[in-house]
Amino acid sequence: MTTTATAPPSSAERPDAPTGPPPRRAPKRIAFGHRLSRWDLKLSPYLYISPFFILFLVVGLFPIAYTAVISFMDWDLVRNSGTFIGFDQYVYVLTQPKFWIALRNTFSIFLLSSIPQLILAIFIAAMLDQNIRARTFWRMGVLLPYVMAPVAVALIFSNMFGDKYGLVNTTLADLGIPPIMWHSDAFASHIAIATMVNFRWTGYNTLILLAAMQAIPRDYYEAAAIDGASKFRQFTAITVPSLRPTLIFVIITSTIGGLQIFDEPRMYDQYGTGGADSQWLTITLYLYDIGWGQWNFGRAAALAWILFLIILAIGIVNLLVTRRVVRDEGSRGSLGRREHRAAARAARRDLRRAASSGTLADAPEPEPAPESATDTPEAQR
Amino acid sequence: MKLSRRTRAIAAVAGAASIAIIAAGCSPASDSGSEDGTVELTVATFNDFGYTDELLQEYMDENPNVTVVQNKAATSNDARANYFQKLGKKGLADVEAIEVDWLPEVMQYSDLLAEVPSGTADRWLDWKVDAATDADGRLIGYGTDIGPEGVCYRSDLFAAAGLPTDRESVAALLEGDWATYFEVGAQYTATTGKAWFDSAGGTYQGMINQVEAAYEDPDSGEIIATDNAEVEDLYNQVLDASAAQSAHLGQWSDDWFAGLSNGAYATMLCPGWMLGVISGNAEGVTGWDVANVFPNGGGNWGGSYLTVPANGAHVEEAQKLADWLTAPEQQIKAFVNAGTFPSQNDAYTDEALTGFVNEYFNDAPVGQIFTDRAKAVSVAPFKGEFYFQVNDAMQKALTRVEDGTQDKQASWDQWVSEVEAIG
Repeated sequence: MTTTATAPPSSAERPDAPTGPPPRRAPKRIAFGHRLSRWDLKLSPYLYISPFFILFLVVGLFPIAYTAVISFMDWDLVRNSGTFIGFDQYVYVLTQPKFWIALRNTFSIFLLSSIPQLILAIFIAAMLDQNIRARTFWRMGVLLPYVMAPVAVALIFSNMFGDKYGLVNTTLADLGIPPIMWHSDAFASHIAIATMVNFRWTGYNTLILLAAMQAIPRDYYEAAAIDGASKFRQFTAITVPSLRPTLIFVIITSTIGGLQIFDEPRMYDQYGTGGADSQWLTITLYLYDIGWGQWNFGRAAALAWILFLIILAIGIVNLLVTRRVVRDEGSRGSLGRREHRAAARAARRDLRRAASSGTLADAPEPEPAPESATDTPEAQR
Repeated sequence: MKLSRRTRAIAAVAGAASIAIIAAGCSPASDSGSEDGTVELTVATFNDFGYTDELLQEYMDENPNVTVVQNKAATSNDARANYFQKLGKKGLADVEAIEVDWLPEVMQYSDLLAEVPSGTADRWLDWKVDAATDADGRLIGYGTDIGPEGVCYRSDLFAAAGLPTDRESVAALLEGDWATYFEVGAQYTATTGKAWFDSAGGTYQGMINQVEAAYEDPDSGEIIATDNAEVEDLYNQVLDASAAQSAHLGQWSDDWFAGLSNGAYATMLCPGWMLGVISGNAEGVTGWDVANVFPNGGGNWGGSYLTVPANGAHVEEAQKLADWLTAPEQQIKAFVNAGTFPSQNDAYTDEALTGFVNEYFNDAPVGQIFTDRAKAVSVAPFKGEFYFQVNDAMQKALTRVEDGTQDKQASWDQWVSEVEAIG
C-alpha cells in the first residue's frame, strides 16, 4: 500500500537511541570525575534550556494560573482583594450579546486578513524568488511595513478610511461611486481593519515563504523545465508542495495573531471601544475595555480564560486539519497513529479478502481510508 | 524538522532576556529622601497643566530643601491606568493629577488619599469642592482648572447665513435654553443647507452636564438612568435637532478635525480648553470666534485636581506643594502657559486673567468671557461609580442614530439593555 511506504521509519526510533539505558553490566567503580562528566552530558542540556522555562514559569504560567483564580472573584484591583463568586463572571460574559458580536467580529477579521494575506504572500514570494534585479532591495522592501509600529499604521489607515473626508471615500466620490460607511457598516469596518493587518503582515509572511522556497533544490526546477513544464506548472507541482511545512507554521502563527488582534481595531476610531454598535469590537478589545475601562478585572480574567480556551480549541482543530491537508515531511509520518493502524487494518483485510477470493489481481480499492489516499498526491503521481 | 535548533535559539534569546530583566531589576532604585533634610518631590501630570520648569523653580527657590520633578503622561488615559494600578500600593508620585472624568472612580478610594487640610476649601468654586468631597466630608482633591463652556462659532459662516457676526449680538441671539439654540440652528440650516453643530454626542455632553442627578441616585448610588425622564427628554431633543442640524462628525474623529477647518459646522459647544484644540487644528482659518453665552445657563466640561496619595513618603511636603501649585497666583501663571482655566475664586478678579485676549479668536477677551461662564455654572452634577460607563453607552447610542445604524427608539432600547447589564 502507498500509505506506509512514505513514512521515514528510522526517525521514530532515533531520538530514543542515545538516551536509552546502557546494557546491564557487572558493577564497576567509576571515578567521580567520570560520573561528573556523565551528569554533565545528561543534565547540562536541561540547565541550558532552564532560563527559558524558569522565565516562562514566572511571567507565563503564573499569570495564567493567577488569572484563573481572579476569574472566579469579584476583584478590586486597587485594594488587591476579592470575594469568591464561582462561575458568575463566566456566566455574565457568555450571556452578553456583546461577547458574541465580538467573537463574530474577531473571526470575520481573522478570515478577511489571513486568507488574502497568505495568497498574496505566496504570490509575492514566488515573484521575489525569480531572477530579478536589485533582489535584496525588493526583499527588504516587502518587510518595510512590518517594521512600522502598528499604531502608526493604524493612524495612517484610519485617516484614509475616514467616513466623510477620508482618502478612500473622496477617491470613490471622484469616480462617482457612493461612499462606503467605514465606521458604521460592520463588514466595511472589518475590511478596513483587515487591510491594515494585511499591510503589516504580508511582507513578513512573504519573507518566511521566500526562505522556504529558496531551500527547494534547484534541480527539481531544471528537471521539470527539461520535461517541458511551464512556470505555472512548476509552481503548482514543485513550489507549493514543498512549502507545506512552512505553511503550517505560517498558518498557526497567523491564527494566534488573528485571534488576538488588538492594535488595529483599537486605533480604528478615536474612542478605541469598537464602534457605537460594536461593529469592530474584537475579543481582546472587549477584554481591554472590561479590564482597563471598567476596572472589572474578575470579569476581564474570565473573558481572558474564555479566549485562551477558544485559541486552544482552534489550535487543536488547526493542527488536525493542517496535518490532514498539509503533510509535514519532517515529523513522524504523515498520518496519525490511528490512521496508520486503520490503514494497516484495511490493507490486511483486503489481503485476506483477496486471498479468499483466490486472486490478487482484482483486489478492490481499500475504501476505509479514503483520506490517506487523497493526502499523498506525490505517491499517486 | 529543525526543532531542536529552533528551541535552542529560543532558549538563548530567553536566557539573554532573563538576564536583561534581572539586570534591570537590580539597578539601584532612586531614593527620594536623604540624610541632609532635602526632599525630592515628584509631580505626575498629563497633557499640559502649564507647570513649566520656571514655575517649579520658583517653589524650589522658596523652599531650598525641596527638589520638584515633574513626570508628564501623554494622555489622561495613560495617567488613569497608571493611577489605579499603583494606588494603595507603591510607585505613585507624591502629587498625582487626576481628571474629573475619572474622579468618580477615584472617590471610591478616597480613604487612600490624604485629605486637603481644612481652611483651604473656600479657595475654590463650591461645586468644584463638592465633587471631590466624599461621603465622610473629606476633601481629597486640590482643584486646578475647570472647563466653563461658551459657544464657539464661525463668524464667516454666520455672515453668509445672514446672522449677526459680532460676539455680543451672537450672545444675545443664543441667549435662552436649548430650544432657542436649536431654533436658531433650524434657521441656519434652512438658509444655508449646512450643519449647525458638530455632533449630537458633543451637544448632549453639554446638556447632560446641567442635570443634577442624571444617571445615578446621589443617595443610594443606584442607577436610575433608564427611568429618568429628564435623560430621555434630552436624548429626544438632541436627536430631533441633529437629524437636520448635525454634521454627524463624532468628536475627536479625523473627520471632525477636518471639519474644524473646512466649515462643516457653524457652532460648537466650547469649554475654555477647546480654544487651544481649535486654533491648533484649524490654522489659517480666520472665522472662529467665541460668544459669552451658553444654552440653559452655565455648563462645565472637564477640569482636573491634584491629589496626594496617603501612603507616600513625604505626604506633608507634598501637601504643601499641591497647596502652592493650586493657589490662585500659580494657577493664573499656568493658565497663561497652557490655557488651563482657574477654578479659584480669587483668580477671577485678577487682571492677568480678566484681561487675557486670544488673538486667534478675533482678539476675543477669553479671560473675561470664561470668567463669566464659570460664574454661570450653578449645578454640580452627581457622578457616581457607573457614570462613565452609562454615559459612554449613551454616547454610543447617539452615534448609532447619527450614523444611521439604528433609529431613535431601537438605539434607546439597546442603551437601556446595556445599562441594565452594568454593575
